[in-house]
Amino acid sequence: MTALQKKSDNPVAHLSAEDVEEIGRRLDTIRQEVVDSRGADDAAYIRKVIDVQRKLELASRAVLLLSKFPPAWIIGTAGLSVAKILENMEIGHNILHGQWDWMRDPKIHSTTWEWDMASPAEQWKHSHNELHHTYTNVIGKDNDLGYGIMRVDEDQKWIPLYLAQPLWNFVNACFFEYGIAAYDLELGKNLATKERRNDPKFKAAAKQVLKKIRKQATKDYLVHPALSGPSFVPTLAANFVANLVRNLWSHSVIMCGHFPEGVETYEKTSIEGETRGEWYLRQMLGSANISGSKAMHTMTGNLSHQVEHHLFPDLPSNRYAEIAPKVKAIFDEYGLRYHTASLPKQVASAWHKVFRLSLPNGWMAATTAKNAPEQVALLYKLTTGGPKVRRVYDRAQRISATRARQATEAAAAA
Amino acid sequence: MTSTGLGLRDRVTRLVEAATTPLLPRDYLDLFIPLRSGADLRGKVVAKRHETADAVTVVIKPGRGWREHVPGQYIRIGVDVDGVRQWRAYSVTSDRAATDGTISICVKAIPDGKVSTHVVRELQPGTVVQLDQATGEFTLPAQRPAKALFVTAGSGITPVMGMLRNHLDELPDAVLVHSAPTADDVVFGPELRAMAASGRLRLVERHTERDGFLKPAELADLVPDLHERTTWACGPAGLLEALEEHWAAEGIADQLLIEQFRPRVLVTGEGGSVTYNKTGTTVESDGATPILDAAEEAGLIMPSGCRMGICYGCVLPLREGAVRDIRNGELTVAAPGDGVLVQTCISAAAGACDIDH
Repeated sequence: MTALQKKSDNPVAHLSAEDVEEIGRRLDTIRQEVVDSRGADDAAYIRKVIDVQRKLELASRAVLLLSKFPPAWIIGTAGLSVAKILENMEIGHNILHGQWDWMRDPKIHSTTWEWDMASPAEQWKHSHNELHHTYTNVIGKDNDLGYGIMRVDEDQKWIPLYLAQPLWNFVNACFFEYGIAAYDLELGKNLATKERRNDPKFKAAAKQVLKKIRKQATKDYLVHPALSGPSFVPTLAANFVANLVRNLWSHSVIMCGHFPEGVETYEKTSIEGETRGEWYLRQMLGSANISGSKAMHTMTGNLSHQVEHHLFPDLPSNRYAEIAPKVKAIFDEYGLRYHTASLPKQVASAWHKVFRLSLPNGWMAATTAKNAPEQVALLYKLTTGGPKVRRVYDRAQRISATRARQATEAAAAA
Repeated sequence: MTSTGLGLRDRVTRLVEAATTPLLPRDYLDLFIPLRSGADLRGKVVAKRHETADAVTVVIKPGRGWREHVPGQYIRIGVDVDGVRQWRAYSVTSDRAATDGTISICVKAIPDGKVSTHVVRELQPGTVVQLDQATGEFTLPAQRPAKALFVTAGSGITPVMGMLRNHLDELPDAVLVHSAPTADDVVFGPELRAMAASGRLRLVERHTERDGFLKPAELADLVPDLHERTTWACGPAGLLEALEEHWAAEGIADQLLIEQFRPRVLVTGEGGSVTYNKTGTTVESDGATPILDAAEEAGLIMPSGCRMGICYGCVLPLREGAVRDIRNGELTVAAPGDGVLVQTCISAAAGACDIDH
């Protein structure tokens, strides 16, 4: 993906400033309708989910006390995996967004909630709610774009290190909760210099994370295994697997939200003086939905309605499904792409992007079975040849891209 | 032995906490036994009965942590109305001797009263509600007065009913002057009339639709020995103000105890935007709305208590700005960096404010 402003076929070029503001007004109306109708049914919903999740977790952990018997291991691990997914996605993520603050229940409130996750709620709320949701898909501002470890946009300069990014992405998926903790700490940036490393603020935050990780690990890898007595090792393995399943699942869902091919990115300068309508528009085109069953929506924490979630991050998650058709109608009316596809399709698309951008711009598109040997040789040269060789390649790529664009425009004009 | 016992108990607690982190063991226990001892105080509604067309008695089984109340005191009760937790104060009306560990409150639906209307019309037995321990000074002294007068109107009868049900026999000479629109509107009417019929209470009913509002001067005719009595009064602000004036004029102000359910708004502030620095929230607040209400309306979780300026459960530091006490107009100003403690339930913004919360 290229930042929207640099594209030849800018998908919002046909909208007038008035159109954009009208879109904003209509979305505000949809939001207000939900706010005005929040009530007892919604409160009952979140309490029910919490109730089911806690009972499922208790039951699964109880079954795992006998985890040396394979059927118990399988049932307990499956139950615990589902419980952990529900806890992180439909419950934790959404409560920490303040989606349920309106209930004024101090036990279900963004300021008091803590979740089953390496990253402390406080730190995650800052990096996620404030940074990611405000600067969604703005290159250089939204660290969710590639989590600072991957190249997810053509405009990021390619270096050979990115060849390994499919591997990073997989490792990150397996240990996603720790990846998020490191990311919330801005570990890369903060470990880079001595001054940053010794900053008391960073040190305090890092200490807080380590304390949380220690408690989390003690629970899953010491206390519950010990309680299982002779089933110590199987329970430890079960808890590890449940965390792994949860990590892989949440990573996949979250990748689907902004990484699939066709999701727009934005230049830093483009958001200066952005109006409410423009902000909405950026969220509309910067997110992708997952289609599927009701159970699937629940298990993704309704992040399958990523578009609706990004437009209205603080509306109760159980209401996204109901407003989705109204939101889509606005997309259709204004000729915008409502990005939605099944889970396997979106996951494949996101991974396709990770692989494609691990390679220099244009390399994958230009490679066929026939020219494979030459292309591999070229890649070898680019990898080993140093920055100068890469600059020459980049320039050639840019020139051919410009030519292609001019050709398209000429064809269109004719 | 004791220290080892405690040590063991601490160790077990710590182990269970290590098993439930980041939640607490009580988060799981609450799913099954919400009324156990050690839990946040809650109660279960066990029965509801109509007293008048728009007033109900709600019988509540409080959790194990409930401490006995003194008749005349009130409790705060948190009820979810349309999914939103709302706290209100109601007097405890039950007879301590006659009940099986339950308490009751009486709620009269008031027009536009979100909570009272919900309790009267919607609240179902079986519902778990949030509770606070009973509190309040509107009670009988240990040394019972030889002559007592109760002046009440509308739902103002409720704290007095708590006293009468429990202590009427300890009061040798008790008079109740109660105002209600009609005889049918008298909350606890039949029970009060029965008390009067048995000769234990002198009951004067004032039916205001026919007779008009009670004036303090008329009271002197109804109760000639007013000066010899200790008086407990509860009802609308207008009535209480008139009584206070009259008692002061008679030079017997120290013989009058009053209870009000809502702060009397005498002045309104200027309004302004109130910023809560810890949550980073800014709430536009008008000059007539207590800061507490405005913040809750905006979804903040605020410390709160009686909501009428007496219990200091809602106090927060004002770092900068000005607030006005809506009961008397008193202005409190904080210079930047100050931490002057203000009662949010009776303070309205008088300009931009910065509150530590």
